[in-house]
Amino acid sequence: MNQTANVTSEMHHSDEIGAKLGMWLFLFTELLLFGGMFILYAIYRASHSHEFFLAASELDTFIGTINTLALLTSSLTVALSIEALRRGNRKLSITMLIVTILLGIIFMINKYFEWSAKIHHGIYPGGEVLLRMSDGEMLFFNLYYVMTGLHGLHVLVGIVVLSAMLLFITRGNQSSAIKLENSGLYWHLVDIIWIFLFPLFYLIS
Amino acid sequence: MALPAVAGSEYLEENYLTVKGRFRGIWSWLLSTDHKRIGILYLICIITAFLAAVAIGFLMRLEQLNMGETIVSARTYNSFFTLHGVIMVFMFIIPGIPAVFGNFFLPIQIGAKDVFFPRINLLSWYCWVGGAVLLIVALFTGTGAPDTGWTFYAPYSTRTGTNVTLALLAAFILGFSSILTGLNFITTIHRMRAPGMGWFRMPLFVWGIYATAWIQVLATPIVGITLLMVLTERVFGVGIFDAAKGGDPVLYQHLFWIYSHPAVYIMILPGMGVISEIIPAFAKRTIFGYKAIAYSSMAIAIAGSLVWGHHMFVSGQSYLISVVFSAITFLVAIPSAIKVFNWVATLYKGSIDPQPPLLYSLTFIFLFMIGGFSGIMNGVLNVNVHIHDTYFVVSHFHYVMFGGTGLALFAAMHYWFPKMFGRIYSKKLANIALAIEFVGFNLLYFTMMIMGYRGMPRRYYDHLPQFHTDHVIATVGSWILVAGLLLMFGNLFWSIFRGKKVGMNPWGGATLEWQIPTPPPHENFEEVPYIDHDPYDFKKVKVTR
Repeated sequence: MNQTANVTSEMHHSDEIGAKLGMWLFLFTELLLFGGMFILYAIYRASHSHEFFLAASELDTFIGTINTLALLTSSLTVALSIEALRRGNRKLSITMLIVTILLGIIFMINKYFEWSAKIHHGIYPGGEVLLRMSDGEMLFFNLYYVMTGLHGLHVLVGIVVLSAMLLFITRGNQSSAIKLENSGLYWHLVDIIWIFLFPLFYLIS
Repeated sequence: MALPAVAGSEYLEENYLTVKGRFRGIWSWLLSTDHKRIGILYLICIITAFLAAVAIGFLMRLEQLNMGETIVSARTYNSFFTLHGVIMVFMFIIPGIPAVFGNFFLPIQIGAKDVFFPRINLLSWYCWVGGAVLLIVALFTGTGAPDTGWTFYAPYSTRTGTNVTLALLAAFILGFSSILTGLNFITTIHRMRAPGMGWFRMPLFVWGIYATAWIQVLATPIVGITLLMVLTERVFGVGIFDAAKGGDPVLYQHLFWIYSHPAVYIMILPGMGVISEIIPAFAKRTIFGYKAIAYSSMAIAIAGSLVWGHHMFVSGQSYLISVVFSAITFLVAIPSAIKVFNWVATLYKGSIDPQPPLLYSLTFIFLFMIGGFSGIMNGVLNVNVHIHDTYFVVSHFHYVMFGGTGLALFAAMHYWFPKMFGRIYSKKLANIALAIEFVGFNLLYFTMMIMGYRGMPRRYYDHLPQFHTDHVIATVGSWILVAGLLLMFGNLFWSIFRGKKVGMNPWGGATLEWQIPTPPPHENFEEVPYIDHDPYDFKKVKVTR
């Protein structure tokens, strides 16, 4: 067992292309996971376009914009962190990673306030106010909760993964570069899904 | 053959089964990242699941022996067909060949020491076990075993009081296991082929697994999200598929079949790969039409992803789209037929050695063809309306899944058994078991096909008097089939411990797994092999029984 583990882990470090290939395949599955929901969104929006428009005007574009900025910036900082580590600047890499994690946390805090405001107004799946709304509005908010909820879950996972990477790098683990790059890929995915969610839910009004 | 000369053709005492690793006892298995040990772990689990589901199927047939309530109530019968389906589909057929034989032989066949991500490989097995445990918990907790059928159709699945939530979660986790296996195999095939092994020097089993792995990666997430949506509907009251909340239940069917139809090809492609290995090995001829078989796997994977609507001809989708789905469904028959013709052509003028693996393979071809032809009938629009939701459909997919994938799995077990365990089973008993299975199988499922054509609906625990004789015949068939299965598994199980020891190449196979000692050593190859010939080149193969 021991030997295999060693042989293959040696292979890992020498074959970064393979490690990245595996990561990209995993990202495909994530895209398709969200793809299923984007299909549902497209179908329901086509059949209830006016009600989607009405419902979207109830979302707070300001908070949405802040969140978009936070995530976009965090994508930049994680890319900087990877590049810094590649060039051997561990300290800068760690700083940038911390900034990325903080921006992710800011996103989640915003999301928390946004959701609780909506839930406070009775707009949540099965909530009384929502059940009185039209079909299209109900679908809009149900999709909103499921899609941003699943996305939020991914942000949380991303934060955990990046925190683990922070631990690796501060300990000076040699094989961190490719791991950090793969974690960065995951973080970019989380970012790019938000880039689609933001206009589809906040900007269509 | 530019392979390292291997010392001795005898049973290898220091092999992957006996090697001493970091862990002792049971942990040397449960924490092993050796692809061969993980393959064995999968084998144990999957056969257990299979036997459990066979037992349930056996009880379902027993219920139909008489009219009215025979042994179980209608409600229990609903749980029976749900569990039989969920276990067979998600826990047996989908992971079956890739997780057991793909794990064990894919790395060896491409000349690698392991898969690319050994730890993720082990994780995928734990996901399988996690899903299985959840399903068992779902059976015995809450308000009763799930009764939706394996398809979990909305709106019933969102409303039934039974314990569907946990079953959905179980299916989701089993899907995750499937994804991890798939992405591991793709990466392994891309990055770890031995020097000299170009794409068209890979054994066809590897091609089958490769096509399968892509479907696993690309299709499974869709069913994952669909099941999650039903989950949110049950837990949080989200109404995406609930007409009362503006949703559309038919969309559930679309999303479900976008995955679950390609999943049919996840089931069959590895099986076809196995057959493409066995036929040349026992005809002692190179496979006829290697490239055609390789490409047809990919063609099936692609065309098979575009036919999901043929499950929904009567669900109210537009007539135009039904015609399109029907036409693409016919297209899938072409690459499937290409394979069958090539297998048969391989046998032509070969020096055929009718050992048990070949006989199982020929049975596969026969049963799979009946399944395929009845599948075309299902794809014809007007015929489909007549036979929709009848035993005809049930019989069709049992011919394809059980007669096809199941038999291919049995063939693989008999073909690779000597390599995996270094021992040989009783060939006579294996042949007798096959004969019994063949009789029981056709008695059971062909009768069902006739019954279905005459109007016997599926998923009823009772039947009308005009179907009674047929039901009795089918039930007797199920007893014969189960007897054959028990004999087959008994023979194999006994031989793991008591069978006669064999050397490294008892069948005279030409692919790499037969050029290393039996059972394989821990690291498969002493040195990395160099491949300078096609996979089915039998000229220099030495048989060592």
